[in-house]
Amino acid sequence: MSVLAIVEERMASEVLAAAQEFGQDVQAYSIDLPYTADAYAAAVEELIRKVNPTLVVFGHTYQTRDYAPKVAARFGRILIGDVIAGKPPVFVRQTFQGKFNADVRLVGDGPHFVSIQAGAWRAASAPVETFSPSSPASRQVAEPPFREAARAVDLTAADIIVSVGRGIKEKENLPVVEALAQALGAELAASRPICDAGWLPMDRQVGSSGQTVSPQVYFAVGISGAIQHLVGMKGAKTVVAINKDPDAPIFEVAHYGIVGDLFEVVPVLVEEIKKQKA
Amino acid sequence: MKIVVAIKQVPLRDSPLRVNTAGTWIEEDHLSFEINEPDAYALEEALQLREKHGGEVIAISAGPARVSQTIREALAKGADRGIHVEVATFDTLHVANLLAAALKTEAPDLVLTGLQSDDLGYGQTGVILAELLGLPSSTIIMQVEVHPGKVRVKRELEDGWFQHIEMPLPAVLTIQSGLNKLRYATLMGIKKAKSKELKLVSAAEGPPASAVIEKLYAPEKNQQGQIFDGDPKAAAAKLVEKLRFEARVI
Repeated sequence: MSVLAIVEERMASEVLAAAQEFGQDVQAYSIDLPYTADAYAAAVEELIRKVNPTLVVFGHTYQTRDYAPKVAARFGRILIGDVIAGKPPVFVRQTFQGKFNADVRLVGDGPHFVSIQAGAWRAASAPVETFSPSSPASRQVAEPPFREAARAVDLTAADIIVSVGRGIKEKENLPVVEALAQALGAELAASRPICDAGWLPMDRQVGSSGQTVSPQVYFAVGISGAIQHLVGMKGAKTVVAINKDPDAPIFEVAHYGIVGDLFEVVPVLVEEIKKQKA
Repeated sequence: MKIVVAIKQVPLRDSPLRVNTAGTWIEEDHLSFEINEPDAYALEEALQLREKHGGEVIAISAGPARVSQTIREALAKGADRGIHVEVATFDTLHVANLLAAALKTEAPDLVLTGLQSDDLGYGQTGVILAELLGLPSSTIIMQVEVHPGKVRVKRELEDGWFQHIEMPLPAVLTIQSGLNKLRYATLMGIKKAKSKELKLVSAAEGPPASAVIEKLYAPEKNQQGQIFDGDPKAAAAKLVEKLRFEARVI
């Protein structure tokens, strides 16, 4: 199996590790171009026609998601995206927001396309060549990346975080978790949907598009644990999950948990903590 | 301007899901379905763009007969007409081909869709659709500004970074959840939706699938976690005891 690894700065060592696991004959390239979807799609297509690999491996980054499916489509393939395990010809990826895993089998000849999830493979190093494409034409014109105004809240410094998700149902219910945060002396945080709805400011969001935190304790309250959230908090030393669904993916990363209605559990939990602290 | 929104129907959030007897997909009998959440934001963005720039919003979806209900709901929210490509498959490449075929004659100025589906979650139907239509695309979009002949978008990057991208119209954008406030269908909207056009298109054969789901299953249970259930008070007491004497964090 000949493997072509497409290496960008983000996830570079993981992509190299996965590529080495997937095949004996590995070639790794980085693309010598400022990124746009068109330019990279053309460059990687050209590279594939030159190298002629059976499998092309990417990191599942926002950049990969932006252009790799285009390249795959040019070869009549899809990108088997965000895989967490497996090797050719069968890869494992999460579906239904992490509720089920799917074993996905490659069908037909290569090239096939796969992107690996951040954190799913250990790091490795290998020589990486640079590819300069012949025609970097692009319809997209990209401006330099920027950050919004400085974050008012730095969750990365917090020892204890109480994070709230969809389970809270309504903005009016937030005091339920605020009481827990207060009892613990914790920072309040949230999963994406809560910030999307404007119930808490965006700078309290934990996850792939928010802050990445690693506190001593992370309380996930009414958070199901979609992968986009998990990547932001799985560095926590102790994870405590409270959720009514015993099959919620958050319990997979929880050290402690309570299966139950947060509206029943959190108030009594607050009482217990106050009792202990008194 | 003519805006197409590609939407997908997925199981209602928090539905109890079970694997089917073949072990390759979920059991769909007795499930209720709704619009895929990021697609709802794409629809909302399309409606807001129409309010600003005028024109027409067309909702398109590929899927079995039940999908027409979700298209009707998009019409009730304000889409002008709908296209339903009736097909049983959910193979990403096949679906993108069907959508592309149905949209060729429409020649839209802008195609919007959600960044990914809550079921399969490949997040690439929009990107492949752009490729098949020969249009430029950009993904995970937080803001859309339409200018004469071009569009300027704010694309989300990792860790709180963003980037502005400009590209000529027509273009395809995949929309991130939360970029706008979703509207509800009004009673008047629901009434009007009944008389709006919903075109049924039969599906052509697709290209051969390049990947198939061989097995769908619940992930292996984590053995290390101590999970309590039953009486909330007793569970809370046990948890606090563990956090105090075992994890030593309280």
